[in-house]
Amino acid sequence: MDSKKPNRRRFLKGGAAFAGLAAGDARLAKGQTVGTPPKKIDELIAYGERSRFVTSVRIPVAERHSPDEFGLTFHVLTPLQDSVGIITPSSLHYTATHRGAFVPDIDPREHRFMIHGMVDRPLIFTMEDLKRLPYVSRIHFIECLGNRARPTHKTVQETHGLTSCAEWTGVPLSLLLKEAGVQNSASWIVAEGAEEVKGASSIPLAKALDDCIVCYAQNGEPLRPQQGFPLRLMVPGFEGIYQIKYLRRIKVVDRYYMTYDDYGHINPDPKVAALTHIIGPKSVITFPSGGHQLSGPGFYEVTGLAWSGAGAIRGVEISTDGGLSWKNAELRSPAYPMAHARFGYHWDWDGKECMLMSRCTDELGTVQPTRAEVAKYWNQPLDANLRIQGADNSVMPWKVASDGSVHNGLA
Amino acid sequence: MGLPRLLLVTAVLGICQTAWTQSPTYGVGRTPSAEEIRAWDIAISPTGKELPTGQGTAKEGAVLFVQKGCSGCHGATGSEGPAPTLISRKGVKPAASMPSMPCLAPCVNDANTMGVHSPFATTIWDYINRGMPLGEEGTLTPNEVYSLTAFLLYKNDIIKEDEVMNAQSLPKVKMPNHDGFALPPEWKHGTPRLQGYP
Repeated sequence: MDSKKPNRRRFLKGGAAFAGLAAGDARLAKGQTVGTPPKKIDELIAYGERSRFVTSVRIPVAERHSPDEFGLTFHVLTPLQDSVGIITPSSLHYTATHRGAFVPDIDPREHRFMIHGMVDRPLIFTMEDLKRLPYVSRIHFIECLGNRARPTHKTVQETHGLTSCAEWTGVPLSLLLKEAGVQNSASWIVAEGAEEVKGASSIPLAKALDDCIVCYAQNGEPLRPQQGFPLRLMVPGFEGIYQIKYLRRIKVVDRYYMTYDDYGHINPDPKVAALTHIIGPKSVITFPSGGHQLSGPGFYEVTGLAWSGAGAIRGVEISTDGGLSWKNAELRSPAYPMAHARFGYHWDWDGKECMLMSRCTDELGTVQPTRAEVAKYWNQPLDANLRIQGADNSVMPWKVASDGSVHNGLA
Repeated sequence: MGLPRLLLVTAVLGICQTAWTQSPTYGVGRTPSAEEIRAWDIAISPTGKELPTGQGTAKEGAVLFVQKGCSGCHGATGSEGPAPTLISRKGVKPAASMPSMPCLAPCVNDANTMGVHSPFATTIWDYINRGMPLGEEGTLTPNEVYSLTAFLLYKNDIIKEDEVMNAQSLPKVKMPNHDGFALPPEWKHGTPRLQGYP
């Protein structure tokens, strides 16, 4: 390291114009001071990291801390209030585990993935085997069924932080199932992880053969351990618990297996059951949202995310008057199937108290419902106690006070 | 080409087509041995067809509940935490150590204890076998899992104390919630999750 220093000094001396670009305390022409990054430069050359001035972080859900008293990680929320675009950085992607789990430290050379059960040819793959096969890269959201806004929540991280979106790369599950030769009488699969609790979910075979991916990469690099390194299942549009991490086994079967994960979803009402597995069209304004402070009346770009488990987002509408009137927002990103889409809306705030809301429509024409519409559907009173059945995709209100502070509109 | 010959050609093509779709395209991966499959195949269906031989009773389970450390986390009565409630106590609220927890994924910390809520007793066997005890998962023998399952079923008033649980009797246990669930609807690409829902 020391031997490199003279060279660096020579370089800095030799080119005053570059001084502002290189590290080291120096003043740019604009008069802005630039400091030295605290980490060793060769570490940062090897693996970059964000500026120390960027401090956005995940937080555990308030209902159960992570790590808990057993050292288990449970549910950790993405800081959506700071999000831009549609890709969640892997480090900020929300995390959830079955029952609470330790994050396993798996050597990919030791990892095996098996397909068996009602197939003609049971198969076992190494990671190397899987990487020889044709792969796809797709952008998909994952959302936890527990992602529901409560009146006590302050920020969009608390109300909606159990959703994230990333580019996932891996082998189509349909390809692997065809290699194994699924038998005609099969109707479900059970997918299982290798972590200590071996989380497992029953998934319809029709979905498994449609668009599921056996993923080994996220956002252009191997999966992070919290996201299932070295292998996870992507079940686009289905709620998070189906996206089995540390995937080690798929058993092809002829019935719903009622695993530990499965039974947590059961409900006697078929309507509630139908709303419990797939994410409905949903959107939320991420700016301005709870905890943000507007500096005064004038122009603001209202922005947020929209997604649906049934396909691509077709449109987003914004209300600035608590749902009395709606105007079209613009999509500011591609709208991929089962992916977050970014929307924007030009807004001139007049400085008066108001309620901001967004609602989206997906490619099937399904419109995100307001809480009032949900209450009417179930014939229940519309009040703070209304609990949305199944996956909560209701419209989220943000109240802008006349002093520019922004608050949870459900409170 | 006469009609019979055309039919013959079609039939042969048909056979080739079937054979082609049934054979692997890539030939990557290897065939696991029967022993490898058996060792990994821990998913227990409601029919219980994967259950191993072995047996146990609630009395044996009561001893194991303490011996294996279950009571250390779930409480001596199975309902005073800090880990989720396993044995429902009528009129007793969930552990105060997790007062605001509405739902442990999945919901097992309130009156819907695992013993009462699951429609099949096989789910309890499967979960204890795969996921308990914390930090020593996968170390229980089949007899121990049958015994602990029997203990929870007995303490939740579902079976009698002397009932022997094994691969034949466990799937036949009638759970209180046996009829209390709806299966997820049949999934089809491009259909809304519930027609007519706002």
